[in-house]
Amino acid sequence: MTAFPPTFSDWFARRGWTIHPHQSAMLARADDPALLLIAPTGGGKTLAGFLPTLLELADGAHKGLHTLYVSPLKALAADIRRNLTTPVTEMALPIRVEDRTGDTSYTQKRRQRADPPHILLTTPESLALLVSYEDAPRMFAGLSRVIIDEIHALAESKRGDQLMLALSRLQTLAPGLRRVGLSATVEDPAAIARLLARNPDPCAILHADPGPEPDISMMVTDERPPWAGGGAKYAIPAVLDEVRCHKTTLIFHNTRAQAEIFFHNLWLANDDSLPIGIHHGSLSREQREAVEAAMVAGQLKAIVCTGSLDLGIDWGDVDLVIQVGAPKNVKRLIQRIGRANHRYNAPSKALLVPANRFEVVECVAALEAARAHDLDGDPRGAGPRDVLCQHILITACAGPFSADALYGEVRSVGAYATLTRPAFDACLDFCATGGYGLRAYDRWRRLQQRPDGLWQLRDPRAAQRIRMNIGTIQNTDLVKVRFRGSGMPLGEIEEDFAATLTPGDTFLIGGQIVRYESLREMTVEVSRAPGKTPKIATFMGTKFATSTQLSSRILRMFQQDSWPELPAHTASWLSLQRQVSKLPEADRILIESFPDEGRDYTCFYSFAGRNAQQTLGLLLTQRMETLGLQPLGFVATDYATLVWGLVPLTDPAPLFDATDLRAGFETWLKGNAVMKRTFRASATIAGLIEKNLPAARKSGRQATFSSDILYDTLTKYDPDHLILQITREEAMRGLVDFGRIEELISRTRGRIDHIRLNRVTPLAAPMFLEMGRVPIAGEARERLAESAAARLLAEAGLAGL
Amino acid sequence: MNTQAFPFAGTTLTALPSGALSLPAEELLCVSDLHLGKSDRIARRQGLMLPPFDTEATLDRLDADLAATGARTVICLGDSFDDPAAADSLKEDNLTRLLQLQAGRHWIWIAGNHDPAPLNLGGTHLAAFHIGPITFRHAATPTTDYEVSGHYHPKLALPGAGSARPCFVFDDRRLILPAYGTYTGGLHGTDPALRSLFAPRAFAILTGRKTILAPLPLARPDRAPPVPLRRAMRD
Repeated sequence: MTAFPPTFSDWFARRGWTIHPHQSAMLARADDPALLLIAPTGGGKTLAGFLPTLLELADGAHKGLHTLYVSPLKALAADIRRNLTTPVTEMALPIRVEDRTGDTSYTQKRRQRADPPHILLTTPESLALLVSYEDAPRMFAGLSRVIIDEIHALAESKRGDQLMLALSRLQTLAPGLRRVGLSATVEDPAAIARLLARNPDPCAILHADPGPEPDISMMVTDERPPWAGGGAKYAIPAVLDEVRCHKTTLIFHNTRAQAEIFFHNLWLANDDSLPIGIHHGSLSREQREAVEAAMVAGQLKAIVCTGSLDLGIDWGDVDLVIQVGAPKNVKRLIQRIGRANHRYNAPSKALLVPANRFEVVECVAALEAARAHDLDGDPRGAGPRDVLCQHILITACAGPFSADALYGEVRSVGAYATLTRPAFDACLDFCATGGYGLRAYDRWRRLQQRPDGLWQLRDPRAAQRIRMNIGTIQNTDLVKVRFRGSGMPLGEIEEDFAATLTPGDTFLIGGQIVRYESLREMTVEVSRAPGKTPKIATFMGTKFATSTQLSSRILRMFQQDSWPELPAHTASWLSLQRQVSKLPEADRILIESFPDEGRDYTCFYSFAGRNAQQTLGLLLTQRMETLGLQPLGFVATDYATLVWGLVPLTDPAPLFDATDLRAGFETWLKGNAVMKRTFRASATIAGLIEKNLPAARKSGRQATFSSDILYDTLTKYDPDHLILQITREEAMRGLVDFGRIEELISRTRGRIDHIRLNRVTPLAAPMFLEMGRVPIAGEARERLAESAAARLLAEAGLAGL
Repeated sequence: MNTQAFPFAGTTLTALPSGALSLPAEELLCVSDLHLGKSDRIARRQGLMLPPFDTEATLDRLDADLAATGARTVICLGDSFDDPAAADSLKEDNLTRLLQLQAGRHWIWIAGNHDPAPLNLGGTHLAAFHIGPITFRHAATPTTDYEVSGHYHPKLALPGAGSARPCFVFDDRRLILPAYGTYTGGLHGTDPALRSLFAPRAFAILTGRKTILAPLPLARPDRAPPVPLRRAMRD
């Protein structure tokens, strides 16, 4: 164990602190090549990570960069710098701490490369950029430790893969590099450990005391939750009561649009003018910073927020977390609850507010899972190859490289440990030639092999363009929203949404109703429009699908004889369903068919999560079209898909034939808009197309257009191209989520219960109220366009042309 | 094939869903802005290696249109090649393909801004071409009547019917063709630069799976596409 010198023990004593057991455990194992700490928020996790660094640097002997700290948030890097400054200053340690993010000035960044600080705090993207510079070997030569904060959040995305690839480079530049990961509670710590450590290094996992059990319950109101929808407007008086009797409340929502609507309704009912703010990722930085500052200053009673506050700055005074809408994932729920009572050893208090009747069941299931510590999470597959392609280009920017050595490095990354040499070579070939086989560009390669066998950029000027496009975060095309006149920024909305607006339309942003005035140079100009009913902004905001584990728990609940744990209104709803039809079972697919207003409806209860149910809807209607069942449309939720059409369904079995479904999936994928979007994301990450150009940013609309054409062209002329392979792989999860349809098919194995009824069933009824109905695509779109054209011609008096 | 016939300069023209224009009376097919060799130029100039099948895809569509219409005269309305170097570096099989399409046909290359000089290829090279009252040239000139041109890559979206598609735009005096090339962007039909060339009463014919006739909306400067789009189209 590193000795704990008097400077440090005195400092701890002055502050009245004792060292936590996990902090000394971290010190004891400071020489481990990799170490993972699982600790609840507020458990002194960051200090535990930095203590060994402070001790090692205390004698002032180390020159240059010693410790690199990487976090998923820019704000966190800045916050940690301020927090570290306290012990460094108070103990007068000879340590320089600086942060480096997208917000750091150009001069500061240049100086950091020439004369790096002892501790550099940064983000995965800024680190990837550093690794791409020719002087990376000099800058990182003395690097001794790397600390990855909130590694559980990075582990779920390509940002984590990019980070670990960058670390594999650093490990070569600084062979003695030790890795430390700091994580919130996760379902599978060993998976995070494998991600963190250099393969096959061991990685010890330390657990901090998780603190007392959280106090979670479901909010039960006099008002019954509605049958459908996500607004939870019924709960507003009860939520305001809770806000009133707590110090500070965080009110989490699953989507930004829901947060906006809830915030709006909250203020309409806020007769006491309680200071309540809103915070989500679509708001302008100025807006978010203002809310954060007000929060830190203790001026807010509550913040309505989304995942944008899942991570980040430690707000000690939060004493209640309210989750509005069913938590789709138990792990995220636990992490959100951890936002309350950051002070160690105080129980976190949380309330779940179901937005509709089905969510009552979901909330109760999530509560039971949380109490049982039954966290969910789907294991991530092998490391994504688009990120690897970008890493190869980044490596080439730094200088000539050997393919053998790079392959060795890449395999030292846990997620890429099983990457075969041919798979690696295909990525290298894609970077070098485009990967079009015989059709390759012979003269204009991107990378070329020198006589000594090393690979390098053909044109060194390409490095600038590659660096400009580093990163794996795919923003949908957003346009800024500003007030006309003052120019005050409000936030961002999707370009697609902006395109649907006409002057005079109103929408909600940042809790204000604004009137659309014009779209100028990628900025939406708005004016204030108080007192009107807004047209709602359809922010992208991720639509999470209910996790597999939570879905199974709900299915298990359905099989109970009675439901004492559910409110009476929900229990009797389920009993009624059992009486007139039956409740869905885990290893069978329940299908109900019934007529309603001249249409034949069929509801498929397959519990595969919203995204997969949506995909299933598209595939089933496609099959129904072929079978002559004339489907007209469908709507999907997390648990079911409701299809309507003209011909009654008599035998659903052929619809679920796995082979046909898979073949239909392949055909459907080719022309699918979600696939085109997936393709654009992977093609951008892999460097096939560029998001950022040196002169001006290519407009999103133009990019959409051309990447769709590229997708169509590749599908037709080179269907096995690497990027199309990657696109198909991505489609198995994410928005298409075919993986869960596969899981559904193997879980039910053709065991189908088809029940024909003469009227809508209790469980299907809420589906009729769901938003997001999808008309059948294909000819329908042409018909739409033709009728729109005919109407316009008629309106213009030109119909007889 | 789903086509759209429309009257122009006293004759009947036919818009094809591919973006080609057919003059059945003249056994003539007119295509604009092929931008052959675009992926090659992007690789050369920007180091990006887009799928190099654009020339092949463009020639495939041209082949199909020629077979379907039986045209004996072909007018390429300029910007047929993305730049002169692209014309010179045309791959052997694409060149053979082009020569096969030219065989037995009267082939007219109109000069464009990307390919202003005569190309090292068979056919007639002209700045403009006339049939009866109709003038064919690359870029519209405000003073000419009965003019068929390209250059602007017009596109249009119909309300509630998805994203913009390349389109023909015409009024009584002027017709502008969509870009026929595979990798081509577009200028919105309501952009003042394009809309101001036409009378208030003007039409668009959208291309794609089917042709769709629609009135051309009036200029909407507020909805004008952002500057980079126009830049992308020009270079």
